[in-house]
Amino acid sequence: MSEIKLQNIVKKYGDGFPAVNDVSIDIRDGEFIILVGPSGCGKSTLLRMVVGLEDITSGELLINGQRVNDKAPRDRNLAMVFQNYALYPHLSVFENIAFPLRLTKGKFSDAEIDERVNRAADLLELREHLQRKPANLSGGQRQRVAMGRALVRDADAFLFDEPLSNLDAKLRGQMRTEIARIQRRLGTTTIYVTHDQTEAMTLGDRVAVLKKGVLQQCASPRELYEQPVNLFVAGFIGSPPMNFLPARVDGDRLSLPFGSIPMTPDLARLVEGKELVIAGFRPEHFEDASVLEPHRRDAGVVIEVDVDVTEWLGNELYAYVPYEPDAAVAKQLEELDRDLDGEGMRTQIVVALDAKSRIRDGDRAQLWFDPARLHLFDPETGTTITRDEDEARRIDTENEEERKQALERARLSDERAKEKAAAV
Amino acid sequence: MSRKERNLWILGGIGIVVYALFPVAWIVSLSLKAPADIANQQFLPTKLSWTNYELILTGSASDLFLPALRNSFGICLIATAISCVLAMFAAYAIARLDFPGKKVILSTALGVAIFPVISIVTPLFNLWRQIGLYDTWPGLIIPYLSLTLPISIWTLSAFFREIPWEMEQAAQVDGATSWQAFRKVIVPLAAPGVFTTAIIAFFIAWNDFVYGISLTSTEASRPVPAALGLFSGASQFEAPNGPIAAAAVIVTIPVVVLVLLFQRRIVAGLTNGAVKG
Amino acid sequence: MSTTTLPPGEKTRPAPARGRRAGISDRSRAERKLGWMLAGPAFAVMLLVTAYPILQAVYDSLFDFRLTDPENKSFTGLSNYSVILTDRIWWTSLAVTLLITVVTVAVELVLGFALALVMMKALSAIRPVIRAAILIPYAVITVVSAFAWQYAFSLDSGFVNSWLGWLPGISADTDWFGGTWKSLFVVCIAEIWKTTPFISLLLLAGLAQVPEVLQEAAKVDGATWWQRMRRVTIPNMKAAIMVALLFRSLDAFRVFDSIFIMTGGANNTETVSFLAYRQTIARLEIGLGSAVSVLLFVCVVLICALFIKGFKVDLASARGEG
Repeated sequence: MSEIKLQNIVKKYGDGFPAVNDVSIDIRDGEFIILVGPSGCGKSTLLRMVVGLEDITSGELLINGQRVNDKAPRDRNLAMVFQNYALYPHLSVFENIAFPLRLTKGKFSDAEIDERVNRAADLLELREHLQRKPANLSGGQRQRVAMGRALVRDADAFLFDEPLSNLDAKLRGQMRTEIARIQRRLGTTTIYVTHDQTEAMTLGDRVAVLKKGVLQQCASPRELYEQPVNLFVAGFIGSPPMNFLPARVDGDRLSLPFGSIPMTPDLARLVEGKELVIAGFRPEHFEDASVLEPHRRDAGVVIEVDVDVTEWLGNELYAYVPYEPDAAVAKQLEELDRDLDGEGMRTQIVVALDAKSRIRDGDRAQLWFDPARLHLFDPETGTTITRDEDEARRIDTENEEERKQALERARLSDERAKEKAAAV
Repeated sequence: MSRKERNLWILGGIGIVVYALFPVAWIVSLSLKAPADIANQQFLPTKLSWTNYELILTGSASDLFLPALRNSFGICLIATAISCVLAMFAAYAIARLDFPGKKVILSTALGVAIFPVISIVTPLFNLWRQIGLYDTWPGLIIPYLSLTLPISIWTLSAFFREIPWEMEQAAQVDGATSWQAFRKVIVPLAAPGVFTTAIIAFFIAWNDFVYGISLTSTEASRPVPAALGLFSGASQFEAPNGPIAAAAVIVTIPVVVLVLLFQRRIVAGLTNGAVKG
Repeated sequence: MSTTTLPPGEKTRPAPARGRRAGISDRSRAERKLGWMLAGPAFAVMLLVTAYPILQAVYDSLFDFRLTDPENKSFTGLSNYSVILTDRIWWTSLAVTLLITVVTVAVELVLGFALALVMMKALSAIRPVIRAAILIPYAVITVVSAFAWQYAFSLDSGFVNSWLGWLPGISADTDWFGGTWKSLFVVCIAEIWKTTPFISLLLLAGLAQVPEVLQEAAKVDGATWWQRMRRVTIPNMKAAIMVALLFRSLDAFRVFDSIFIMTGGANNTETVSFLAYRQTIARLEIGLGSAVSVLLFVCVVLICALFIKGFKVDLASARGEG
């Protein structure tokens, strides 16, 4: 059980380049926190500083209120799962899992080690593989052994460094669920590094989004999705990603490449005095106007566009709509694309429609959306103009309550299981 | 692969085996010829005879051959051990640590490896005579290091580079001290590489001839190759071919045994150091 | 090891701060110190056993100095060099050495490539046998190989004349060690036999590094076996070929053991190494011998320079040190 506090953590390499710059995060006891960002954002460096494999240039790292900046990894009592698992090839699965226990010299008897390893093996369904060598295991099994090595000791926290990135898609999904289940059950504070936003959104109690070493936003997945603080977070979270369009303010209307839409008075007040903003639409907030019931249709705005390509996925349909970029914001959007590891291919928006939609390649289509769900960003600073702080706080409180309930539920079911075992 | 093509490759394989073993078979065959049989102008002896082996192991030539064999084993093993230990430290530093001068060390090793031995031997000959190392074990062990160290450093750094150093970090996170991480994780992973390097270094030391004939003068330190090379002059009239062949077979046995036991590792070691590095 | 495939992208950076040297943290200072402490002894030994002797040789080569007559050691400047460079013996031995180098390396390259191909294609069942066999010439000491080939060809104990008697020009009393060319022929055979395996192993490693998929792509593109070899395989293993060539050339240029055993330098078969040996160890002419040694060293450096500059052998990249 432990709290980890990162206070103004900075990592500078020899050339003075800050790989991690002034990051502060309070990780609560039992919380599952995700560090996410495009490659090179410093998330792995941050994790390695927490575990002690990398020096902290400045800032404080506190575990349970104790400063651990200068402690060796072995003295921090953290368990880590490496991206490549770092299984010891000369040891059997059993010995790999037992390794941290054996190192304590005398603290555990052979029987205790046996019991603990077997318990971890049961939890991870590794029982029948205990005598095998890592080289003879499949990717998923190796991953589980690496987790076993972390679980077997009573570590204060689990650290994961992109643990699923070497697995194929199906296995990744399974292991993701497995990690979530185990974390809830053990209630151990967990820091998890990934570049995969599905993992970030599904696993994390809170997600810390990093860009070039700077923390952008640390919030619940829902808040990141609904109330992103800036262009970067908005563009990073969500798949397919949010569409960004140049929007000129025109009195109480907003003129977009596809035509002009009316603004609510609230919105109009927020953009007052600005000439140009960046508008963000989530693909899934569009609908095919032709299949919509009239009363919903009237609650939103309908625009007419030329669809270039469509992709039918069974459960939904993606339609791609090219548009002419506006030179005034082109630079800002290009930079954003680069920050998000994009290829800068072409300017187009993507919309995710109902699979029933009959829109096909080359059609002229009517798309509907609700202007209330529009995000507007300042083209200079990239900050979200439409962010609602009260709403963000509400989501945050709700999220924290849900987390506590989940932990409590896990604790109760664990106790029930123990009672059952005792009764038998 | 078609049957015809396959047969062709098998034929090629047989060709290689014949190619590699033919001269060895010949020297074995020659060593088994009786003195009268030596000049029979044939590959095989007319009658098997152990005379030559008796001569060098128990007979009159034994006081020339046996000390040389002892010298060879002793000097080569010590030189191999020293160079492996030194190379191990150096290779660990090269593969694992970031420090200026890594390139210098690797380049020096390369430079020493291509150095003409003869160019070293002349001044050493002179110096050893002055400081009393001439015709002693250390007098050969030290120059042997110039043969074995460079290749040991190259081969070992290649091996060490392949060790996943993430393991060491994982061990540290698992609660190991640096020493525990080294002993429990790195040593087991590095051992095969060190072993292979030792074999290759031993081959090289065992093969030396130039230092052997130049820096020794008596059986106090003369190794087998040098003894063989100088043996021919011992008796001009009775051809020494038979005993030399027998001695050659005996010095070949250890290396053949090593090759048969560790062929896979030796190949890996030779190619690792030279190509992948 | 499949458990540890190197992670892509970002992972490579946070590891040690390679190449970033502007400000040095305590950790990297400690690392430097440890690095030199560990690598220092090996480095020092290598320098001591080579740099010192060659400098001493350069110094000695400037004197008229006989070990049998140490009192009369006198400084003569470069006269030893002019003595050597105007002597036909030096040029003969240089020519012999170059001839042996070129012939053996050329034959070994072709033969070694063939062996590498066979090893590459050999069925896995017989591969260990072939691999062990090919290592034997490498492991057999040069002196033994020289004796084996000498005795095979010699008049008194050889079988070659009786086996090859049907060839024109070979009869029962053909004395292989009676003339320069024939002697050198046998020396070359012995050298080739002994060192081809090494070259073939290097080439095999090079071959193995050419991805199989390139071969398949070339096959689909319609290339014949020979075209695939010439246009796909060989260009992609150029680095391996060049490294093998360089190492073997330097090695061949230092040829000594075989000459000592097989001909003793008779019939103008003396090589540069043998000449240096004869001057110093046998005749105790330290001054002249040192000068020959220095010249030999210069030759080796020249060959190296020729390969690196002329053939653009990039040792660093060939050895993955880039």
